[in-house]
Amino acid sequence: AEVEETLKRIQAHRGVVATIVVNAEGIPIRTTLDNSTTVQYAGLLHQLTMKARSTVRDIDPQNDLTFLRIRSKKHEIMVAPDKEYLLIVIQNPCE
Amino acid sequence: MEIIYVYTRKRSEFGRPCSFSDRPAEVNVDIPPDPSMASSFILRNPVDSHVQHTSDMSEHEVNTERAEVESRGVNHVEGGWPKDINPQEVEQTIRFRKKVEKDENYVNTIVHLGTLMEHCVKQNNAINIYEEYFEEEEMVEVEDEPPSAKTVNVISKLTSFFDVLLSKRDPNVTERTATHLSWHPDTCKKLAVAYSSLEFQQNMKNMSFDSYIWDLENPNKPELVLRPSSPLVSLEYNPKDSHVLVGGCYNGQMAYWDTRKGGLPVEVSAVEVSHRDPVYGAIWLQSKTGTECFSASTDGQVLWWDIRKLSEPTEMLVLDITRKGLLENALGAVTLEFEPTMPTKFMVGTEQGIVIACNRKAKTPPEKITSTYSGHHGPVYALARNPFYPKIFMTVGDWTARIWSEEIKESSIMWTKYHLSYLTDGCWSTVRPAVFFTTRSDGTLDVWDFLFKQNDPSLSLKVCDEPLSSLRLQDNGCVVSCGSKLGTVTLLEISSGLCTLQRNEKMLATAMFERETKREKILEARHREMRLKERARLEGQESEVEERPVESPQEVLDRARKEFFEVIEAELQRQARAETQR
Repeated sequence: AEVEETLKRIQAHRGVVATIVVNAEGIPIRTTLDNSTTVQYAGLLHQLTMKARSTVRDIDPQNDLTFLRIRSKKHEIMVAPDKEYLLIVIQNPCE
Repeated sequence: MEIIYVYTRKRSEFGRPCSFSDRPAEVNVDIPPDPSMASSFILRNPVDSHVQHTSDMSEHEVNTERAEVESRGVNHVEGGWPKDINPQEVEQTIRFRKKVEKDENYVNTIVHLGTLMEHCVKQNNAINIYEEYFEEEEMVEVEDEPPSAKTVNVISKLTSFFDVLLSKRDPNVTERTATHLSWHPDTCKKLAVAYSSLEFQQNMKNMSFDSYIWDLENPNKPELVLRPSSPLVSLEYNPKDSHVLVGGCYNGQMAYWDTRKGGLPVEVSAVEVSHRDPVYGAIWLQSKTGTECFSASTDGQVLWWDIRKLSEPTEMLVLDITRKGLLENALGAVTLEFEPTMPTKFMVGTEQGIVIACNRKAKTPPEKITSTYSGHHGPVYALARNPFYPKIFMTVGDWTARIWSEEIKESSIMWTKYHLSYLTDGCWSTVRPAVFFTTRSDGTLDVWDFLFKQNDPSLSLKVCDEPLSSLRLQDNGCVVSCGSKLGTVTLLEISSGLCTLQRNEKMLATAMFERETKREKILEARHREMRLKERARLEGQESEVEERPVESPQEVLDRARKEFFEVIEAELQRQARAETQR
């Protein structure tokens, strides 16, 4: 229930295009997009987050990745990583 | 110098047995030592002697075989699901998902991540962190960067292509010049290149006749191979229909291709009615059907064709500047120019260095030639109108490039200095009105900015060691491709300073061209005045010599008759005197 509320709140913000929750194996648990796009995002962003996290930890082993933001021409992809799950939000920044 | 050993023997002596004989040793020279010379022996002191010790070095070169890369796609299928769940089954996946959602860890994590995410989302909505402040001021700083150009791609045809067909490099593969380049009208990712050998009468047996269309993404293998019956000298994409190309052949025929139909020409013009020399210029015309083109060649003719019926040309013009239409007097055409905004006028550059401006719609053939501009010492290799000022055009030939104005027929209004090597091709920039490019036969590409500096090119790049034969600018003005004598096509990207319009450039360029045109007009007027004065002065001198009174024609006749008879009489008397003396 809380989960629902949180995800709904995020989705309701201005400019948010999609929300995806992925588990550690790359399986999408919750998504607001169609299956094929979700699978693509899940697979690719999972790998990227792993790489980013290992980069941060390589430079300083005490450090850890808290948030990842990818800004592209069309929209911004935000990834909040955790040990087990990944929360991905795609937003159109207003300009 | 050759060292020859000559052995001679009398024919009658052949076959005789050899008779060898022994001879005792003979002393030929005997030089006894002379002790008196020993006293003049000087011991050398000090003695210079060199000693050197370095480690032995040897030179090695390593190069890998050219790797051919091909792009392929991979299809990803869903994975990661635990073994017992089949991803295709919707029920199983839903059940799995519901199970995960009930997990407590999941709930906590999501709530925590949710707050984090919301913070960022709100941040994004509040302010654009990448906003450009003071955008206008930034433009001023861009000018500091010196002009430069960077090679993007080099298409060296045949080196790897033939490696695929033959196991070793065939030494007979002749290098052909890339004589003409044409960009694809829409995408600008494809380049059609015509290859032929322009050396006079050098037809190697193994020379292939093919010309290629290259896709820039793949410089190893041409996208399409065009196979004409004779090598192509010029090749152009149809600006209206990007699948159709027309090509002018070395033997004077015209052929056209449809890229959807493959590499063989769809139709070829009949040999009897085509040109008799290589077709150096072929351009598409602006017409409703989009199928008309015209061609020019060094045999002195300009022919108009309709693609649908290449069996005979629709119209013909003989480039005879005495306006009589005689083929013997005609000048050979080396380049052709046509501006779609002025559909009835076109210009031809000739081998003799003269540019002829013609009007297609004139009523009689002699009137078709409107004016001629002469100024080059050698063939005019390139001719281009300025895309911003149609009255200004540029010609490239012999060792200079000249800019002309249509109104001034006596000479060019501006010209570059005389270079050390021939200029082979040139074209205007499509974005900046005072910038143009030229290629030289020592392999250099020059970029001239006439508003900035007129003595030297703004940028001079050595592209390759062999002469550059053709040049073409892409429509966006940033990428230029040049073809060399050995068939290599190089693509260069020029720095943004040379391909973006500066603030006052159009105004300054207009002012400069007008100023030069006016200067030439004034010079022309002065020349004419001086010539008139000269003529008047000469006539004045003649009238001074003739101080005899003005005679009527009858008097002149009488005087002439009298003088004539006087001469006859004198002659008769002389003969009579000679007879009496004998």
